[in-house]
Parts: sequence; C-alpha cells; structure tokens
Amino acid sequence: MQVAVDAGAGSLLLEARGITKYFGAVTAIENVNLSLSRGEVLGVVGDNGAGKSTLMKVLTGLFRPSEGEILVQGRPVHFHSPRDSHRAGIDMVYQDLALAGNMPIFENIYLGREPGRSFGGLTLIDHSRSRKLAKEHLDRLQIHVKSVDQNVEDLSGGQRQAVAIARATAFDAKVVIMDEPTAALAIKEVGKVLDLIKRLKDHGVGVILVSHRMDDIFYVCDRVMAIFRGRNFADAQLKDTSRNEVIGWIMGTKGAVAGLAHDKVH
Amino acid sequence: MADLATNATDAAPQEPKRSLLSALLEDYGIILVVVVMVFVLSILQPDYFLSAQNITNIVRQIGMNALLALGLYIVIVTAGIDLSVGSVMALSVMLLAMADRAGWPWPIVLLVGPAVGTMIGIINGLGLTLLRLPHPFIMTLGTLNAVRGICNLVSGGQPVSGISAPVRYLGTGDIPLPFGNEFAVIPVSAIALLVCYCSVAWFLKKVSLGRHIFAIGGNPQAARVSGINVNGVLVFVYAVSGFFAGLAALLMAGRTGSGYPNLGIGAELDAIAAVIIGGASFFGGRGTVLGVFAGVLVMGLLRNGLNLMNISAFWQQTLIGFIIIFAVWIDVLRRNSGVRT
Repeated sequence: MQVAVDAGAGSLLLEARGITKYFGAVTAIENVNLSLSRGEVLGVVGDNGAGKSTLMKVLTGLFRPSEGEILVQGRPVHFHSPRDSHRAGIDMVYQDLALAGNMPIFENIYLGREPGRSFGGLTLIDHSRSRKLAKEHLDRLQIHVKSVDQNVEDLSGGQRQAVAIARATAFDAKVVIMDEPTAALAIKEVGKVLDLIKRLKDHGVGVILVSHRMDDIFYVCDRVMAIFRGRNFADAQLKDTSRNEVIGWIMGTKGAVAGLAHDKVH
Repeated sequence: MADLATNATDAAPQEPKRSLLSALLEDYGIILVVVVMVFVLSILQPDYFLSAQNITNIVRQIGMNALLALGLYIVIVTAGIDLSVGSVMALSVMLLAMADRAGWPWPIVLLVGPAVGTMIGIINGLGLTLLRLPHPFIMTLGTLNAVRGICNLVSGGQPVSGISAPVRYLGTGDIPLPFGNEFAVIPVSAIALLVCYCSVAWFLKKVSLGRHIFAIGGNPQAARVSGINVNGVLVFVYAVSGFFAGLAALLMAGRTGSGYPNLGIGAELDAIAAVIIGGASFFGGRGTVLGVFAGVLVMGLLRNGLNLMNISAFWQQTLIGFIIIFAVWIDVLRRNSGVRT
C-alpha cells in the first residue's frame, strides 16, 4: 500500500465543512463537520436514519452535497462519482462487500483497474503481475489466504471482509471508510478485522469506522463522533469518554447515564 | 490477528479435497459426455458415423447453433437473455439476400448481416439500459416479434432466392485436404467457428472488458462501485450477441442460398439449450466457451445420431428436452454437494 508521504503524522487528511444534503424537502444532514488525520481511526456513531450513511456517501462521491465543502489535505475537492473520490485517495469498504463471488481474490482486488497494457479504454490484463501484486499487498496487510486464485465465494465472511479492505487499500488509499465492517461476521472473526484496521492505521491510513458496536469502537478508534438527527451531536477523544456516554449520544442525551446502556435495558 | 485464515477451522466452507475423477467430472463432465456419445455412435453406426462425409455434415449442421450459442453465452454470463437472435438472423439473411439481388458488390453484402445484427443488438442493449426495462427477457421478447415482423414486411412474406456464390462461400465453401476422398475437406464454416470461439475465449479471459462481463454476472453492484460502466458493458454484450446472429445469417445464407421469412423460428431456444447444457449458469457469472461448444456438439451429435438411426425428429425434440433438465439437475446436485454455498 502506498501511503502519501507529504502529510506528516497527525496532519489533517480529510475535512468536511458544513455539509448539508437535502432530498427534495427532506434534510438528511445539516451543517455537519468531520475531520480525520493521518493514522487516525474515527468512529462515527448514530442511530438508524441519523445521517451516517448519507454523510459517507457524500464523502465518497455517491451523493453531491447540497451545501458545504470537502477538503483533502487542505485542497477543496468536488466529487461527481466514487471514481473521483478514489482518485483523491478515499476508498470505501461497502457493507454488502461489493465483491464478485465468482471471481478469484486477485481479480477482485484489481477489478476495474487491472494491471496490464492499455489500448484506448481496454486493458490487456497481465494476470501473473496481478497475482503477484495481490500477493504482495495481502502480505503487507498480513492477510493470509490459501491462494489468491481462490474464488471469493469460497471464503469465510471475515476473509471476504479482509479482501474487501485489501481492495480498498490497493491503490494509494489515504482514507478508508468502513460501513459496519463487523456486522455480518462470526464473533471470532471480528477481532481479526479490527486488528486489520489497526494495521491500516500503522501504515498511516486514516480510517472512518461507522459502527453500532461499542466493543469495536472502543477497541480500535482514537476518536468518536456522534450524529443525531442529521447534525453533529458530540465529538471526543476516546480516552475522554465512556461507552455509556457514547450510547447516550446515539440516543440524543449528553452526559453518561448508566441506565441507558444497552446491557441494562430489559 | 495475524492471520485471517491460516487456521482451517476458522474458515467457512472450504472446497473439499477433490479426487482427480470428480475434478474431471466437474470441470469437463460435458466433454466426457461428448466423448461417450461419439464412442456409442461409432459403435452403432460403424460404417458411416466417423466417415469424412458425416463429420463434414455435422460441422455444417452445428454452425448456426454454434454461433448463436456463442453470442447467447456472453449474454447469459451477465445473467441476461437474448430471445431475439432467431429473428435477427432471419432479418439479416433477408436483407443480405435482397442486397445481393440488388447487385451490391459481394464484399459489402458480406457486411450486411453482421451490421444488421449488431445494430439490433445495440437497440436491445439500449432498451434494457436507457428505458430501464425490468428484465432483458422483455426487451428481447419485444425485438423477437418486432424484428420477425419487419422481416416479413420487407420481404412481403416471400422468400428471396438466388444468393450469389461469393456470398455463399462462408456457408458452403470447402478447403480440400491433400489426402482422402472427395469428402475429406475442411468446411470454411468450421474455420469461422474456430476463429470465433478462440477469439471469444481469449477476450473473456485476457481483456479487461471480458472480465468486467463476468464481474457483472457475479455481482453487478461490485462492478458498479469498481468504476465499471455497467450499462455500457451490457450494451456491448447485446451488440456482440446480435453480431454473432448476423454472422450465423451468413452461414445460413450460404447453406440455403436464399432468405426465408420463417428462417430460424425457435433457433434462440436451441442456442439457450446448448449454453445451459454446456454448464453456464442462468444466474450469471459462470460457464466456459469450451463448455458451450460441448453443449452445441451434444445437440448436434444427438440429432445426427438419431437421424442416422432413422429415429423421428419428434423423438429428437423429446430427448433434447430431457437432456436440458438432466444437465441442469446434475449442476444443482454438484452445487448442493457443498462445494459452493
């Protein structure tokens, strides 16, 4: 994984300022700010419908914001499609994984950007180079698979998630956005995916982790921000907050309230 | 975490170790069927079946279905379907026959079939993507009827005969071999088939667009977020199917020497049958060019063998029906055996 070296540790990678998105008369998010530094894992929490997904779709270019601006390493950018955000170094790992099960791991990693010789929009694919690059990239991330020729449909959920993450980071990714990456996993695979997120962080990648799982947030994140009814609600370094406080934020209450903890609800 | 998946117990259903035989059956089962059919037929008809004359005959007979099936295979890989190929072929033959009779130079006439086919293919693709019709079945059912109607309109329902020799060459031409009797020839159509099948196999394996066709069949959403222009690829795929229908028209023009408005009614179903017998999945993303060719051969050999044994065409149709069901059932058994989930 090539990581931009121009940004020093801790410098701002991605900034969203005053993002507002209307769908007709409905305001999905209003004046939302977000910032992410190099090597930082930011947890984004919020109830269903709070606007997390809309915000992520704005950041990856699937939606264009009605108002507000996005800056990548201080430069304003305008995304018209996921292709544009990919070029700017922002990649998304989709909740439904977006892998083609009928194709081998290495082809999934390079799908749509196959290595080889290009002739006017078509690429004559160099499959052996693609295999080699995929192996090297998986090794860097310490993702172990039997063979890069295995079809993705023959992998476990955790392995698929790892391949999806490898895919998102295969090209110069500065920012990786993950939407509920552990939601569909067996318990013993969750830790592996979270460790993989830590490894991305060690490589200097900024990670935005959208999750409902407090265990995930508190295991892997540096900072957590909450969105409530389409607006910024709270933002804190992880060391300065607690599970119960964050759960309170999701429900729209400030201050730790032990009674709101989900393990206390009967 | 060090390792996602070195630990075998962690991993979800891994492919069980396959014996050589079951691997052979799974990947090349349909080719074995072809070998067995050839073996059985050469025992039942020892004098005639393997004669140069009969082999040349089989090659000529399968030509049309082989080209239509090749185009349909690419469409079926995207989980689509093209019902219009029979009508497209008929219109192509009709228009090229009329162009030929009108005295167009033969090199231009040769282009008429593929050009008409490609154009209708593009219309199919655009109907699917621009009009967002819910399933290609509907768009191509529409063109199946519309194109057949146009074919009748332009010809007034009458055949157009007397196609000139250079235009018929692809369908009837022979390249004599330096040995053997008068039947020891390589039909030009066989060379055309070989070139088409090898090109498509190479394209689907080596060129990015070919891989994107498979990706769309596997997971269209994945293809879309990978930056693949899914609609563009689909238009291309239907254009290719139309192109091969136009090429099949050239073979038919050669064999029949005339355009019939009723040519190729139901031909799309034969082509679909060959693709399915050849192991391609109706749900997209799976199948091989070699399998499709084997599927075409199974149907061709069956017809030829039953003809040689004087068994009626009614039985041929009945048997092909059972073979389709049987071939797909075997596929279902294979998948349910836990190899894939």
